[in-house]
Amino acid sequence: MKRKLQSITSKLTSASGILGIVIVWQFCCSMGWIPKFMLPSPADIIKALVTDFPALMQHSGITLLEAFLGLSLGVTVGVAAAVLMDRFPSVYKAFYPLLILTQTIPTVAIAPVLVIWMGYGIAPKVTAIVIVTFFPMAIGLLDGFRSADQDAVRLLSSMGAKRKQIFRYIKFPGAMGQFFASLKICASYSIVGAVIAEWLGGNSGLGVYMTRVRKSYAYDKMFAIIVLISVISLLLMKGVELLRRRCMPWETRE
Amino acid sequence: MAKLRTEHVTKSFDGRKIIEDISLELHQGELVSLLGLSGGGKTTLFNVIAGVSAPDSGRVLLDEQEITGQTGHVSYMLQKDLLLPYRTIEDNVAIPLLIRGMKKQEARERAREQFGAFGLEGTERKYPSQLSGGMRQRAALLRTYLFSSDVALLDEPFSALDTITKSAIHRWYLDMMGKLKMSTLFITHDIDEAILLSDRICLLTGAPGKITEEIVISEKRPRTRDFNLTEEFLDYKRRIIEALGQRP
Repeated sequence: MKRKLQSITSKLTSASGILGIVIVWQFCCSMGWIPKFMLPSPADIIKALVTDFPALMQHSGITLLEAFLGLSLGVTVGVAAAVLMDRFPSVYKAFYPLLILTQTIPTVAIAPVLVIWMGYGIAPKVTAIVIVTFFPMAIGLLDGFRSADQDAVRLLSSMGAKRKQIFRYIKFPGAMGQFFASLKICASYSIVGAVIAEWLGGNSGLGVYMTRVRKSYAYDKMFAIIVLISVISLLLMKGVELLRRRCMPWETRE
Repeated sequence: MAKLRTEHVTKSFDGRKIIEDISLELHQGELVSLLGLSGGGKTTLFNVIAGVSAPDSGRVLLDEQEITGQTGHVSYMLQKDLLLPYRTIEDNVAIPLLIRGMKKQEARERAREQFGAFGLEGTERKYPSQLSGGMRQRAALLRTYLFSSDVALLDEPFSALDTITKSAIHRWYLDMMGKLKMSTLFITHDIDEAILLSDRICLLTGAPGKITEEIVISEKRPRTRDFNLTEEFLDYKRRIIEALGQRP
């Protein structure tokens, strides 16, 4: 009971920072210190969220679909890359510099090219997400594989374990922590990646809608989209956290 | 006939000789300790015997069959219990069976049968982090046992335990070793522990490490708890300290 109370208090403390900013923000807007066309008030944003709800949902459906496809593909590619680089040192040597190189290209630069190559559908968006998500997954997981306890490896080898068995019993399960840490990063990247890719061409999605409302100077709607994107990212990260707890029960047992 | 024998084993790393010309014998039911300073090559020798690394020269024989460079013959236990944190105790101790290709369900059942004998009842579905140090070390021993080799290499297995737990686990280990007719080669840097447990103590000294002296502990078993207060015990201890002190 006491513990529960403590956790509620600590959550309130963390929420108070955000709440304080929102209150000051609302106050400044209400007093007319900031013109509405420059910065809509929190109340305006909430109003826009409510009135624009059907359109927002329709567009976020598309964005979420892209994010989901991109994330699944990106994670798959990332896991495969990590496994191969761990297993074959030559693959590591050949691909690691290439991997780093892909990360130096800004998404805003590559997305228009992808649109030219793949059209205005969801393909270029999914590709952009794959590019931004596979890297943290590959690097995080590879790091996890490499930090396997060498004594445990030695012990299992002494029992006659093959390389595959060492991977299965030590390396892979041992890297689960890194996997989920990377997945959390990938999940938030996937939404941001989708939105950026949509800015640069497309027919629907939160990014497309955002460009549209910006061009019509509907800043309350634009901020409503921003809030929605943040909420979606947070929910996704929370989802990953729940999944981690489900998959790693030994972490939470006392 | 020796149960386990090494013949003139030499091993170097990065051009530096770690151990040189190690020949030792372990007989059926014997406990032989390998005593030496840290970094003296004890673990290197164990890796060679376990087959994890190959010697530069020399041979390792089990029941007079050559096993040099082959894994899967002798069981190996280290100071760290090395229980995998993400596997339940039953799944941890069943690993040697799984490695040998046994089906998961069957391996679990085989493992469960032994939990009572190792004083681990009720921990089957727990995770290692939920167990005390002594219990974890016993689980590690059960895993070693399920590997079912009658030769065990123990690399400072008890050095992380507190004194009371340690002496309890010593008695228990000797008892179990007798029952299972196991032979043990034991690494330690704890002189008292070596005298208390061993039939023979081999001193590994110098760089590269060589076996410079072998001391037979003739005190018969079971050794009582106050054996380490007797004059003979201190004599052994004095001899060992002197021998270890003579470094070239």
